[in-house]
Amino acid sequence: MTLSSSTLLTSAAEGGHHSVPVVEAMSPDGVFSLLWLVIALPLAGAVVLLVGGRLTDRWGHWLGTATVTGSFVLSVVMFVQLLGRDDAERQIGQHLWDWFAVGDFQVGMDLLYDPLSALFLLLITGVSALIHLYSVGYMEHDPRRRRFFGYLNLFVAAMLMLVLAADYVGVFLGWEGVGLASYLLIGFWQHKPSAAAAAKKAFVINRVGDIGMSLAIMLMFVTFGTTAFAGVSAAAGDATESTMTAIGLLLLLGACGKSAQVPLQAWLLDAMEGPTPVSALIHAATMVTAGVYLVTRSNFVFENAPVAQTAVVVVACVTLLWGAVIGCAKDDIKKVLAGSTMSQIGYMMLAAGLGPAGYAFAIFHLVTHGFFKANMFLGAGSVMHGTGDDVNMRHYGALRKAMPVTFLTFAMGYLAIIGFPGFSGFWSKDKIIEAAVAENYLVGAAALLGAGVTAFYMTRLMLMTFFTKERWEPEVHPHESPKVMTVPLVVLAALSVLGGVLLLGDWVTTWLTPVVGEVEHHELPVPVIVLTGIVVVVVALGVGLAVLLVGRREVPREAPQDVSFVTRAARSDLYGDAINDGLVVRPGGVLVRGLVATDARGVDGVVEGGAGLVGALSSVLRRTQNGYVRTYALSVLGGAVILVLAMVAVTW
Amino acid sequence: MNDEFTGPAIEWARLWPLFAVFGTALVGVAVEAFAPRSARCLIQSSVAGVGLAVALVGTVLVALELPERAGGAARGDVTAGGAVVVDGPTVFLWGLLVVVTVGGLLLFAERRVDAGLPVFAGQASLPPGSTAGPGGPGEPSYEDWEHTEVYPLLVFALGGMMLFCASGDLLTMFVALEILSLPLYLLCGLARRRRLLSQEAAMKYFLLGAFSSGFFVYGMALVYGYAGTLNLAGVAVAVRAGGGQEVLLLVGAAMVMVALLFKVGAVPFHSWTPDVYQGAPTAVTAYMAAATKIAAFGAILRFLYVGLGDARWDWAPLLWVVAILTMLGGVVLAVGQTEIKRLLAYSSIAHTGFLLTGVLGLQASGDLAEGQISSLQAVLFYLATYGVATVGIFAVTTLVRDPGGEAGSVARWTGLGRTSPLVAGAFAVFLLSLAGIPLTAGFVGKWSVFASAAGAGAWPVVAVAITSSIIAVYFYVRHIVTMFFADPPEDAPVVVVPSPLTSVTIAVALIVTVALGVVPGPLLDLAGHAGQFVR
Repeated sequence: MTLSSSTLLTSAAEGGHHSVPVVEAMSPDGVFSLLWLVIALPLAGAVVLLVGGRLTDRWGHWLGTATVTGSFVLSVVMFVQLLGRDDAERQIGQHLWDWFAVGDFQVGMDLLYDPLSALFLLLITGVSALIHLYSVGYMEHDPRRRRFFGYLNLFVAAMLMLVLAADYVGVFLGWEGVGLASYLLIGFWQHKPSAAAAAKKAFVINRVGDIGMSLAIMLMFVTFGTTAFAGVSAAAGDATESTMTAIGLLLLLGACGKSAQVPLQAWLLDAMEGPTPVSALIHAATMVTAGVYLVTRSNFVFENAPVAQTAVVVVACVTLLWGAVIGCAKDDIKKVLAGSTMSQIGYMMLAAGLGPAGYAFAIFHLVTHGFFKANMFLGAGSVMHGTGDDVNMRHYGALRKAMPVTFLTFAMGYLAIIGFPGFSGFWSKDKIIEAAVAENYLVGAAALLGAGVTAFYMTRLMLMTFFTKERWEPEVHPHESPKVMTVPLVVLAALSVLGGVLLLGDWVTTWLTPVVGEVEHHELPVPVIVLTGIVVVVVALGVGLAVLLVGRREVPREAPQDVSFVTRAARSDLYGDAINDGLVVRPGGVLVRGLVATDARGVDGVVEGGAGLVGALSSVLRRTQNGYVRTYALSVLGGAVILVLAMVAVTW
Repeated sequence: MNDEFTGPAIEWARLWPLFAVFGTALVGVAVEAFAPRSARCLIQSSVAGVGLAVALVGTVLVALELPERAGGAARGDVTAGGAVVVDGPTVFLWGLLVVVTVGGLLLFAERRVDAGLPVFAGQASLPPGSTAGPGGPGEPSYEDWEHTEVYPLLVFALGGMMLFCASGDLLTMFVALEILSLPLYLLCGLARRRRLLSQEAAMKYFLLGAFSSGFFVYGMALVYGYAGTLNLAGVAVAVRAGGGQEVLLLVGAAMVMVALLFKVGAVPFHSWTPDVYQGAPTAVTAYMAAATKIAAFGAILRFLYVGLGDARWDWAPLLWVVAILTMLGGVVLAVGQTEIKRLLAYSSIAHTGFLLTGVLGLQASGDLAEGQISSLQAVLFYLATYGVATVGIFAVTTLVRDPGGEAGSVARWTGLGRTSPLVAGAFAVFLLSLAGIPLTAGFVGKWSVFASAAGAGAWPVVAVAITSSIIAVYFYVRHIVTMFFADPPEDAPVVVVPSPLTSVTIAVALIVTVALGVVPGPLLDLAGHAGQFVR
């Protein structure tokens, strides 16, 4: 790591072109020298829990919670320290060891702590600590609880590696680590075939994205000779635009896989087969936002690749509507939330695709979403806990009386996500829509429409779950969850409400400036307050529609089948699986069968023909080996004669 | 020419390991004459063991004291009036030979695999099936007798081999050839089981060996006719000077090569190999297959590099053809084999071809690129990897037994991996090494000889070598597949638990095979450190 403490921001006046910050970290001192410990703690927890086996059964869950809490405390201390520093000194790099060196390719185990990673550290460790605590209650009756905590710790360590690495290869290590943890946790109840299949599906689809990621890394090495953020960001401006576009598109492919963006979105809904805390932590708050992190972190790539940036925006718009539409038709409470997650990550990607105007808001929305979505997932878990693990909202109704704490906390999350004025989601989503409108009307319209649809399906969820008539089975007795589960809910609810304070005095944009560059100010066609008003009206329309269609009618216990085409499409995930099947799986099957046939007839034919030839030759030659010494002697003599003659002939 | 004969000066400081070996053999003969029968086995094996230990220590000591020559490119001395050359390659080969002989000795002394009986017949002349004692029925049977002469024979053979690869002139080389061959002919006929096969093998080996020795002597005479000397360095001087009856040289060299190629089993002089390998007691096969090849390649290298180094372009094309024939012949014939020892015999023929490929890598030291391995280094390394794996693999074959002796048929080994994973696993590792699969010694050996030959421009030979390797993988891996992926037969052969003698041999060979595959550096460096031949 370079140790210079020169200004991170080269002057913004470079020929009118806005500058892209260069990663240039300084050496760690004080508490920052403990940076590695943030990762090492949960990693050690995972090792102890997974290697320790049954010995750790009795206290393993508390150990798992403690390690993550320790990381959280450390993150807070470092964050406070970082706050006290100048802008120019807010990038701290820690070189742990030389990971590997092959010829010119050198990769160090380097960590980078800057304003962006600092926010992620707080979000990941904070939400993780709460979810670990919640899981102590949620998984109480599971005989494999210790293993669950081991996996969770592994996930946290990998996620922290992902956001702390100072090198794309290090990011990739974390990237694969969270993929592994996600796979293990989706399939945690592996006795259920659906869970095992979902885990496999998530793993396979993520591989597609990972290919993009790894190709991007290789291309970076070929182009720049390094994969460190510092080296790539310094040289990014010198590469040709087509190279940067290729790198950007490949990174986008990686981001699509991890963040469930169209066309690699199909795994996220199935991933809800995992235990609910997993859905809250991995498939809502943290891992699925890794794509947004990647795009934001690689701002020096995307700033030099406008085409790739446009691609990001297009993918994001499609996804945010896609997820929202799916959310409207699902009856499974977790799948509604999963569709919503897709849609909200679409918003983040949209912001990230807008360049410096949006990076900070992408991260801002990511953080607030982390709070309110984790809150709602845990709330859903609490509902399931109280209703005998039923996930069908048609079997709920009027739960607000039976589960007041869950209801109230869930309501906070609900208000946040629909963007009720004053709640955290309002601030973050509003900013993204503003930026989108300023960029392009079409994009702005999509974002606005998404906000309305979000309001509709979330209101539908609220009504079907907590209001309307009781529809649960007589033997089900809904009850409030234990303290260990409700306390995290309360904390997350508070954060959902108050998350907007990050925007006070434009703090979050200023904070992230050293990483993503100056926020550009685009002129809006209408005053900001008017636009905000429009957004609120659209949201109100969505809510009103839901109240009319769901709240005022009888909700049948069985989903009606004679529904419109749109509903059918949305129920089957907008045919995401069918598309994959038609475009990839079946052609892949044909290709494989073709290859097998070619292999069997062509390649095997040559090989077996060759083998047959050798075998035949062998049996012919074996006849010379008849056991008679006279034949052998003749062979020696013949050989000698030929040798002598040849030797003489060669010379003449 | 009528000068008074003056005995050559013997440099004891360089030659004493050789004398120690011959001395040990002579002591063995004396023991045979004077010690009582019951005590002979123990005394003989101990004497041989001590002798080998002394020889090994001596080789190391001599190696450490070799003076540098030619500015460090070579080290060593010409001793005994030019008859024996003790240089870097010599001591490397000596060390290798002694180590392999120790393995052979351990296998010779094994008696637990055959229900407490030694692996050798009670009496060499014993016809098949006879168990009656010398005095007729009622006497103690020959079953209880044993040929303790095998130990001095083994040591004599070692002495011959050590002299063979150190010979400075053709006459010494011939004498050494006979010293090493005669004990081996005898040992081949001493198998306790399958007597007829064993006696037949000994007979064939002797007849064909004698036949080929005749070529050697005749060739030697022709070379003398050309050069006026039998000394290899002298021949080299004559070759460089040129002129004279070159036909004499070429015909003579070809005939000498016939005998040497016979010893290593190159096609078309290979026909004895499968019959002898199969008939000889497996302990002898293990020893012979490894050690003879080491010694004979030492002699081939010395003859071609020292004596005919400047006539390289005359013999190289011929050797190309022989190498190609040998590799292809070996692997193609191996494909059809159903007998394990015959299979390994053909495999050893193929390895001869690979080694000849390495021999073709000869380049003037100035032509070698920086860091490129010389052909001598490559061949020496290959000999080490081949020798170790060969002793190991034949040792393993002694363990799988049917009521009548070793289970020789490949089919009998079906499913062995399920019933005896350790034995089958060891066998598989040796097979993989012989096939040249990475992470085993065989891979590095093959790679080094191929690289050296390709560096010298013998591309076509290397291409054939690679093709042959691919064919060879087929029959090696087929055997692994039958061992591990098929069910054992009802009447599966018994896998005996050997005494520590065989176990140690197998274990050491296994460790060395894997270690040389993972960290070949030290031994490659050692082979490189041996430097060039001293003239």
